[in-house]
Amino acid sequence: MKLIASVLLTALLSFVICLYMDWWAIAIAAFVVAVFIHQKPLKSFITGFTALFLLWGSLSWWIDSRNEHLLSGKLSLLLPLGGSSFLMVLATALIGALVAGFAALAGSYAREKK
Amino acid sequence: MKIIHFSVSLLITLALIVLLGSKMFLQAPLAVLLSPQQGVWQNAEPADISYSADFSFPQLKGKAEVYFDERLVPHVFAENDADAFFIQGYLHAKFRLWQMEFQTHAAAGRLSEIMGEKIGTTDVLNKVDRYFRRLGMGYAAEKSLQLMEADTATKNMCDAYTAGVNTYIESLTEGQLPLEYKLLGYKPEPWNNLKTVLFIKYMAYDLAGGESDFEFTAAKNALSKIDFESLVPLRQDSLDPIIPIGTLFDKPGVAVKAPASADSLYFNYNKDSSVLPALPQKPDKDNGSNNWAVNGRKTRSGYPILCNDPHLGLNLPSLWYEMQIHTPHFNAYGVSFPSAPGIIIGFNDSCAFGVTNAGRDVRDYYSIQFKDASRSAYMFNGEWKQTDFRIEHIKIKNKPDFIDTVAYTVFGPVIFDDRYANRNNDGKSYAVRWKAHDASNEMKMFYQLDRAKNYDDYLEAIKNLHTPGQNCVFAAKNGDIAMWCQGEFPAKWKRQGDFVMPGTDSSYMWQGMIPQSENPHVLNPERNFISSANQLPADTSYPYYIGAGFPNYRGWTINKRLSQMADITAQDMMELQTSNYNVFAEMARPVLLQHMNEALLAEDEKKYWDIFKEWNLRSDTGEAGPVVFGLLWESLEKEVWSDEISRIKSNFVPYQSSLLEGILRDSSFKFVDNINTPQKETLSDDVMAAFKKVVPKLKASEIEGKATWAKFKDTHISHLTRLVPFSRMHIPIGGGTHIINAAKADHGPSWRMIVSLTPETEAYGVYPAGQNGNPGSRYYDNFIDTWANGKYYPLWVMKKEEIADKKVKFKMSFSN
Repeated sequence: MKLIASVLLTALLSFVICLYMDWWAIAIAAFVVAVFIHQKPLKSFITGFTALFLLWGSLSWWIDSRNEHLLSGKLSLLLPLGGSSFLMVLATALIGALVAGFAALAGSYAREKK
Repeated sequence: MKIIHFSVSLLITLALIVLLGSKMFLQAPLAVLLSPQQGVWQNAEPADISYSADFSFPQLKGKAEVYFDERLVPHVFAENDADAFFIQGYLHAKFRLWQMEFQTHAAAGRLSEIMGEKIGTTDVLNKVDRYFRRLGMGYAAEKSLQLMEADTATKNMCDAYTAGVNTYIESLTEGQLPLEYKLLGYKPEPWNNLKTVLFIKYMAYDLAGGESDFEFTAAKNALSKIDFESLVPLRQDSLDPIIPIGTLFDKPGVAVKAPASADSLYFNYNKDSSVLPALPQKPDKDNGSNNWAVNGRKTRSGYPILCNDPHLGLNLPSLWYEMQIHTPHFNAYGVSFPSAPGIIIGFNDSCAFGVTNAGRDVRDYYSIQFKDASRSAYMFNGEWKQTDFRIEHIKIKNKPDFIDTVAYTVFGPVIFDDRYANRNNDGKSYAVRWKAHDASNEMKMFYQLDRAKNYDDYLEAIKNLHTPGQNCVFAAKNGDIAMWCQGEFPAKWKRQGDFVMPGTDSSYMWQGMIPQSENPHVLNPERNFISSANQLPADTSYPYYIGAGFPNYRGWTINKRLSQMADITAQDMMELQTSNYNVFAEMARPVLLQHMNEALLAEDEKKYWDIFKEWNLRSDTGEAGPVVFGLLWESLEKEVWSDEISRIKSNFVPYQSSLLEGILRDSSFKFVDNINTPQKETLSDDVMAAFKKVVPKLKASEIEGKATWAKFKDTHISHLTRLVPFSRMHIPIGGGTHIINAAKADHGPSWRMIVSLTPETEAYGVYPAGQNGNPGSRYYDNFIDTWANGKYYPLWVMKKEEIADKKVKFKMSFSN
């Protein structure tokens, strides 16, 4: 329960904070949630990771399907990811997930420290 | 222990942020680009996007509506002109901002600032930025800006336009930034009127900067006068000038005389072996266009039809943006330049207008003798004259600035000196005198053309066009058709400025300008049509020297076809404008066939020769004939010319017509002999040798699947950054050089327009791109297939009462 609530809160906070700040603010969101809703380090990591994997994955997936994969196909050639729109979405989700996962991990340790 | 865990995970987080957010370790700042709320995903436009919106801007004076049709062409209805130009600026920025800034940065010599010192192997700093600055682009734009802003009409127009662009820029959020800014990592700066003028100067560079003065000087130095004149003659046999032969011209108002020293100092053929500099880049030699108009006697409707297709470099986003602007003072439809207000090529309720390039040489070079290495004084009329310096401060991305101090003389900026030279570095200095350096207000022409009601208005409008000179075609609903070869052109003595001139005194300077009224022109000619396709404007009876090297063949075909056509419809004009008939091949084939001894060809060689022999002379997509002919002609040119021109220390190339006309006139044309061999070659020897060299290439292209014309030519339209995923490659289209449908590999008809001036205007058009410059939009390149197939869109001149028409897809409302 705590895990699901943390995931949802991290995703929500990340979304809101990124309306006003740069992309890396997702680390702040994941960190803050991990500090206030304390979980074991591994669980916190999973929370941050899952939250941003879902948030960035679903946002980019949603944008991509409305765009009918037009731009992701082009950008995917450029990166290069072989023209695959799916890999573009996956790469997006993983980047957000990694950063938020480690930020949440740090948050968990920060709380344990006390 | 826990503090270590905490520190390590925090460090990893920070490291990830730095790693993914910078280009330190990866090619691109991946996380910045991929973050869905700010990065490139934001540029992925929903397929069913709506552009409808309500805007309120205090700069507006009244209300205005913009209706977008299904091709995303905006139809602007404003209560006053200023609001219309404000909205035009806003729309240009909304759909083309990155392109606008890129173009004007290039014109200003500021590309290094955004692209870095080099792009791939291209030396942007030296080959673009320093070159454009030494050419005096900024200097020229600043002078013209003053004139433009001294005129109330053009100042108000540009001020409103600039305000519109800046209103859009200020409204941009991080996520809304055009894709290219995100990829290249910078932000737009505010727009200003200088940028609009810089763009016009860029067009001057592209269209009035095609001279070959250094190459010709090198050729003159190495060849006899007779040989030189054979390679680059003043007049071609196949000339059919813009102004019909037999038109009478007035006595010249300006008399010019070659200086007394010309024979010894200037026409010193075959006497000099010095190496000359070369311009680091030149505009495409085929920058040109077709335009023509027929009057009502030749059309089915009884009203004139005007056609225009400007041939320019093809890029994505396009140079053009299509729109209609309606105010109480004018109602113009056509294409505009994202970077400038107004409609550039188009029509209004009374008349239609278009342009082709005049291609006159308005840029000359003078050899400068500085007193010493400081360049502070130069010899002029027997004394040391003080130099002016202009300090060019070039910013470079990720590098310290580069400062170039450019010397200015009475002629103009010193383009080459010991600080800037790319072929020789012997310290010789050359100043450039360019007509584009003189202040002029071309925006006034567009301002007036858009609201022109008749021939007199058109004539008043085009008088503002000084550089780049254009052949301005005009047709009106009252039945008038007209053509003016317009620009402000120097009156020159014969061959003045074709070579680098002595610059130590005033004797070689331009002695005056051709009075505007003496520019070649024609109104309602007897033949009932007018046309221009960049050929020489007038025959030798024209009393001024107008240069040489103009392309003949498109004009020749167009005139022939137009004189035969009758009962013309817009449909007929579409066929003519997209015609792939190769008149150059028609003229060249008989002499080639005549000088080929087919009996000496091997079986496999014969196969290709037969393709050429049986070719229908159309450069259509699926034809193999144009591949054989194209390669054969190129090979024959090498065979005939290379022995003579290899002595010329430059990239000199003879005119393409010189070889054809030389061998048509006389099969024992002097140059067919290879001067490096003891025996005397004949034309038959050359044709055979040229063909034998081509056969392996033909076999190779067959293996590569490129034996047919479109595949061989491989037309593509590249994004301005040359990034392939944003470009359209392998476009199946016929045509090419010397053909009315002048579609080359990356250059060609950039906008095709046909306007039937019936009481209710009937117009058609297409350009090879799309209205939205965003590669993530379905409106990015949606016109290309239509263009490649030779099809057109009907141009909808929307009326205010048609707002409920089903063609209206989106509506933007503007108010203050």
